[in-house]
Amino acid sequence: MNSDKITKIVLFSVSFIILILAGGMVFSLVGGAIPSFKTFGFGFITSAQWDPTEGKEQYGALPFIAGTLITSLGALIISFPLSFATSLFLGEYYRNTRVAKVLGTMVDLLAGIPSIVYGLWGFYVLRPFLISIGFDNQGFGVFTSSLVLAIMIIPYATSLSNEIISMVPNDLKEAAYSLGSTRYEVIRYVTVPAARSGIFAGYILAFGRALGETMAVTMLIGNANRIPDSLFSTGNTMASVIANQFGEADGLKLSALISIGLLLFVITGIVNGIGKLIIKKMS
Amino acid sequence: MKTIISVVLLAVLFSSCQNSGKKTEKSSGEKVSLTAAGATFPLPYYNLVFKNYSEAKGTQVTYGGIGSGGGIRSLTDKVVDFGATDAYLEDKQLAEMPAPVVHIPTCLGAVVIAYNLPGVDELKLSNELLEKIFLGEITKWNDPKIVANNPGVQFPGKDIIFVHRSDGSGTTHIFSDYMTKISTKWAEKVGTGKSLNWPVGMGAKGNPGVVGTLSQTEGAIGYVGSEFAFAQKIQMAKVQNSQGEYVLPTIASVSAAAKGNIPDDTRIMLTNSSDAESYPISGFTWIILYKEQAYNGRSLAQAEETVKLLDWLVGPEAQAEAANVNYAPLTEDAAAKAKAILRTITYDGKPILN
Repeated sequence: MNSDKITKIVLFSVSFIILILAGGMVFSLVGGAIPSFKTFGFGFITSAQWDPTEGKEQYGALPFIAGTLITSLGALIISFPLSFATSLFLGEYYRNTRVAKVLGTMVDLLAGIPSIVYGLWGFYVLRPFLISIGFDNQGFGVFTSSLVLAIMIIPYATSLSNEIISMVPNDLKEAAYSLGSTRYEVIRYVTVPAARSGIFAGYILAFGRALGETMAVTMLIGNANRIPDSLFSTGNTMASVIANQFGEADGLKLSALISIGLLLFVITGIVNGIGKLIIKKMS
Repeated sequence: MKTIISVVLLAVLFSSCQNSGKKTEKSSGEKVSLTAAGATFPLPYYNLVFKNYSEAKGTQVTYGGIGSGGGIRSLTDKVVDFGATDAYLEDKQLAEMPAPVVHIPTCLGAVVIAYNLPGVDELKLSNELLEKIFLGEITKWNDPKIVANNPGVQFPGKDIIFVHRSDGSGTTHIFSDYMTKISTKWAEKVGTGKSLNWPVGMGAKGNPGVVGTLSQTEGAIGYVGSEFAFAQKIQMAKVQNSQGEYVLPTIASVSAAAKGNIPDDTRIMLTNSSDAESYPISGFTWIILYKEQAYNGRSLAQAEETVKLLDWLVGPEAQAEAANVNYAPLTEDAAAKAKAILRTITYDGKPILN
C-alpha cells in the first residue's frame, strides 16, 4: 500500500468516527426526549409553564428558549462594535505590526480563559459595579449575562474576521487607491465587501458559542424559570437549566431536560444552517 | 504532513478514551471495603466519621456525594453497599425498589433562613411573614407587618430579594415541606419538592451559591442548609415554632425537633415539631440499605461490615462528632430505634447483629 492509500483510509475512518459520535448523540437525545414529547406534544416548545412539583408536573421549554436566544443575541449586538473594530485594526490598519501581534495574542488569550473565571468576574466585579452605578438593584439578569457573554465571544468573531480581512488581495485595494480612494473608502467599498462572507461566518461561530455557554450564564442570569420581560429581568437559559437540574432529576423531568438538550442541538443546527446559506449567497 | 500528524493524534486520543474505561476493575484485597453514595447534605459528617472508622477498624469506606436522587438510583442498581438520602422513600418508591429497604437516621440538619441587612441583628419571622415574603406578597423590608413583628428594629426601605436554590436539593425539600405545613396558600400554589415552581426570586446553585449571592446583595433573604450556614458567619432569622416560640437555629434546637413521637421505621418529616424548644425547619438524613444483605453475590463479611459500620454510626462515639461539623446528633430515642432496625437486617434470612 502506498502512503496515499493509507492516508485515505485513516482520514475516512476518523471522519466516520465523528459521524458516528454525532449520530449517537442525536439518537440518545431523541430516545430520552420521547417521554416528554409524548406527554406534552409540541406544547413543550410553546408552553411557559415549568412546574416540577410532584402531582402537577408540567414542563414547557419556552422560558429557556427565550432566555438563550435573548442573551445570545444581546451578546452578539454588544460584541459586534468591539470585535469588528478590533478585526479592522488588526487586519487592515496595523497589519503585520508589533502592536497588532500583541493585541492579536491578547484577543486569542480571551478565548483561553475558562468560563468559570468569566462567571466569577461577572459575579464579584461586574455585578457590584452595575449595582453601584444604579443600573439595577440586584444586578442579576439578562443584561449582565449578555455583557459577560459578549466579552467571551469577542475572540471567536475577531480572529476569523481579522484573518479574512487580511487575506483580501492587495491588488484590489491598490486598484482602489490608484483611483483616488481614501483609506476609509477602501475599507468601506473594497475590503469589507470582499471579506463579508468570512466576517459573517465569524459571527455565526460566535453566536453558536454564546448559545451553548453554561457556567458563566448560570452564575449571572438569576435562574428564574420565566420569560424575561425586560433587559434587567432575571431568566434562565437552556444550557443553564440542564446544568442546574440534571443532578436530582428523574422520570418525566429528566426527559424534559433531555428534550431541552435536543432543542438546543436543533437550534444550534438551524443557526449554523442559516449561516451557511447566507455565506453561500454572499460569496 | 500536518494533517497526517493531527489525524494520528486524534486516533490515539480516541483509542485512549476507550481504554481508560476498563481500568476500573477492583483488586480484591483481604480487607473489606465499602462503597456508598447519596446525599450531599451529610457529606462533611460522613467524611469525618468514615475516616475515623477506617483508622480505628481498618475498613475503608468510600462515600460519593452525588445527591439523594443518585443515592436512591445507586441502591436500586445495587452498585453500592448503602445509599443516603435527605428525603425518605415514599411507600410508592419503596414498592418500586427491587427488594425491601430500611431507613437508618444518622443525624439531623436544618434549613436556616439567612438574610443580609446591615444593622438588623435580630429578625423574627412569624409563619405569616414567611408565607407572605416567600410568595412575594411582601416586597419591602419596611413593610408594616415586618416592622410590627420586630419592635425596636429599624428596617431600611429596600426591596426584598429572595434567593432560592436553582438545583434540585434536599434542602429545598425540607424548606418547602415546612412551608406546606404552615401555609395552605403555599401548599396550593407551590407545594413540596426538591425543586419547585417558584413564584418569586432568583436561583443560585448549591448552598455556596446561595450564601455567595446573599452576602453580595443587601436586602436579600434565602434558605441555606444548616451544615453550611453554621460554618459561615451569616445573619440567621428566628423562626416561630408550633408552640409560638421564636427559635434561633442551633445544634440544640435542631436536635430538639426529634423529641416526640418517631415511628418505628423512622420515616418522618420532623418539620414543625411540637417541642417548644425545637427549631421548626429541621429533619433527619437517612442511610438506606436492603433488609436482606445477600444479593448480587455479596459476601457475608461485606454484609457484616456494612451493618457494623452503621451500628457504630448511630452509636455515641460517632454521634459525638456530629456537632463538630455542625450537625445535630440523634436523640436517644431515635438512636435506639435505628439500632433496633439494624437488628432486623439479615443475611440469607439470618440476622447479622444480635
